[in-house]
Amino acid sequence: MNEALLVILFFLVLCIWLGLQARKGKNMSLEQWAIGGRGFGSFLLFFLIAGEMFTTYTFLGASGGAYRSGMPPALYAFNCFYFVIAYWLLPPIWRYAKKNNVISQSDFYDKKYNSPALGVLVAVISVISIIPYLIMQLKGLGIIVSETSYGSIPPNVAIVVGVIAITIYVTASGMHGVAWTAVIKDIMILTVVVFMGIYFPLHYYGGIQPMFEAIDTAKQGFLIFPEQGLSISWFISATIMTALAFYMFPHMLAGVFSAKSPKSLRWNAGVMPIYQVIIIFSLFIGFSAILQVPNLQGAEADLALFKMAKMSFDPWFVGVIGASGAMAALIPSSLVLTATATILSKNVYKVWKPNTSDDQLQRLSRMLVPVISIVTLYFTFNGGESIFTLYLMAYSFMAQLFPALFFSLWKNNPVTVQGAFAGMIVGILIVVYSTTSGTTLATLFPSLPQAIQDLDVGLAVLFINIAVTLGVSAVTRKTPIGMKEDNKQASGMEKIVK
Amino acid sequence: MKKIIYVISAIPALGSLVVINRIEPYVLGMPFVLFWAILWVCLTSVFLIIANKLDPATEEEED
Repeated sequence: MNEALLVILFFLVLCIWLGLQARKGKNMSLEQWAIGGRGFGSFLLFFLIAGEMFTTYTFLGASGGAYRSGMPPALYAFNCFYFVIAYWLLPPIWRYAKKNNVISQSDFYDKKYNSPALGVLVAVISVISIIPYLIMQLKGLGIIVSETSYGSIPPNVAIVVGVIAITIYVTASGMHGVAWTAVIKDIMILTVVVFMGIYFPLHYYGGIQPMFEAIDTAKQGFLIFPEQGLSISWFISATIMTALAFYMFPHMLAGVFSAKSPKSLRWNAGVMPIYQVIIIFSLFIGFSAILQVPNLQGAEADLALFKMAKMSFDPWFVGVIGASGAMAALIPSSLVLTATATILSKNVYKVWKPNTSDDQLQRLSRMLVPVISIVTLYFTFNGGESIFTLYLMAYSFMAQLFPALFFSLWKNNPVTVQGAFAGMIVGILIVVYSTTSGTTLATLFPSLPQAIQDLDVGLAVLFINIAVTLGVSAVTRKTPIGMKEDNKQASGMEKIVK
Repeated sequence: MKKIIYVISAIPALGSLVVINRIEPYVLGMPFVLFWAILWVCLTSVFLIIANKLDPATEEEED
């Protein structure tokens, strides 16, 4: 029992040590703390951005999804759009950011549209989306640690200890700490997930194909897309929506800004798909559990991986799995913490008190880290259902930031500040309404073909957003807002557009 | 030249959306629908790396 616990503790201490080491020799300016001084080469950048693919989702969500609903959620884990979008969109974003000293996602909107108010709106939308994401990671952490310590650490204790750990090194080292711990985390997860993903099918079924054949015989239709619900049209629309939203998250753009050159961003976009393939092993784990630990209901399904691990391995190895799972939750959370503190200080506080110097902002950002941690902990323990509802909306929320960013990269931005405001607000309101009232295209238009009914609501809202953004912009076009100079700098995208 | 690069990078985006919804034949032990998805993820890498090689912008930014 204690072996597992010791292994988990060892890796926790290692993370804190490495996170603190990372700041050595760095003069912690705001730019250094928030985005690693724009100095990360391909290697660190890879682990930082790719690390977002291996979160608690890899351990709980992907395997649990495959276990619960079979192929559709499993395939949803693979998204080629992420990379194609990254390839074209990120270099121009990076170039603009470098030239205009942009250090956060909200900053980008603020400077592009010359409107601090838009920066504040984007910051608020982002914080509302990102805190629930953080909370879900922490809840995952609690489950992972309590499961793999054989119940000797209650979930809440694990969550508090984990949050203290990341708060320490994020406050001290910011982005540098995040990047270096991300390297260890990914190596650990890779090893553990690949091993289990190969071992379980071989050990329990005699191979991967026999496993799938057994599942196909036992559960008809489980391995293909159904005619309705999680159908092919759901898959396609959800894939596109998630990919558009993915890079809008403040912590993802912070990762992008930390790159040394657009070259490393493009290289990353090319290599990362290979890395994403690793998720298949997580799916194999989930599939292998279907017939071995049947009848897990509801949230229990997310524990499929741990049920399998505990009945197959010694406690010390369960501890290794627990440690990698814990890191899978903590390292992405530490990136989120860094980015959230940055946008709150730079894009909210500074707008309120414009005279704040960069040095004061840097100290403020770091002081905000423990504050955000405490608020997050409070909601983790007291949030209840509403947090989960917000979490479901997070991607749809972030997707609403896409049109204003995309059009701002054009040579002649057709969107005005008013248009950007209107599009975002209308988009957010519709997402809130449809999620809380359970409205989908199917309930609105029951007579439309099934393929349209199954479309992801977030994507449908995005079209409304674009229409409102462009419509309001066309009306408000005549008010000049001095964006001409900014637009010249969007060098990369103009070639796409014309 | 630019056009060719756009086409190359668009191929995996479109290809990955074509879902072949069937179990048989198994490839590498995986149901076909799963294999097909994985294949496109790998091809995305291939196409983007080729695009990156051809992209003149790659050389402009040697800093």
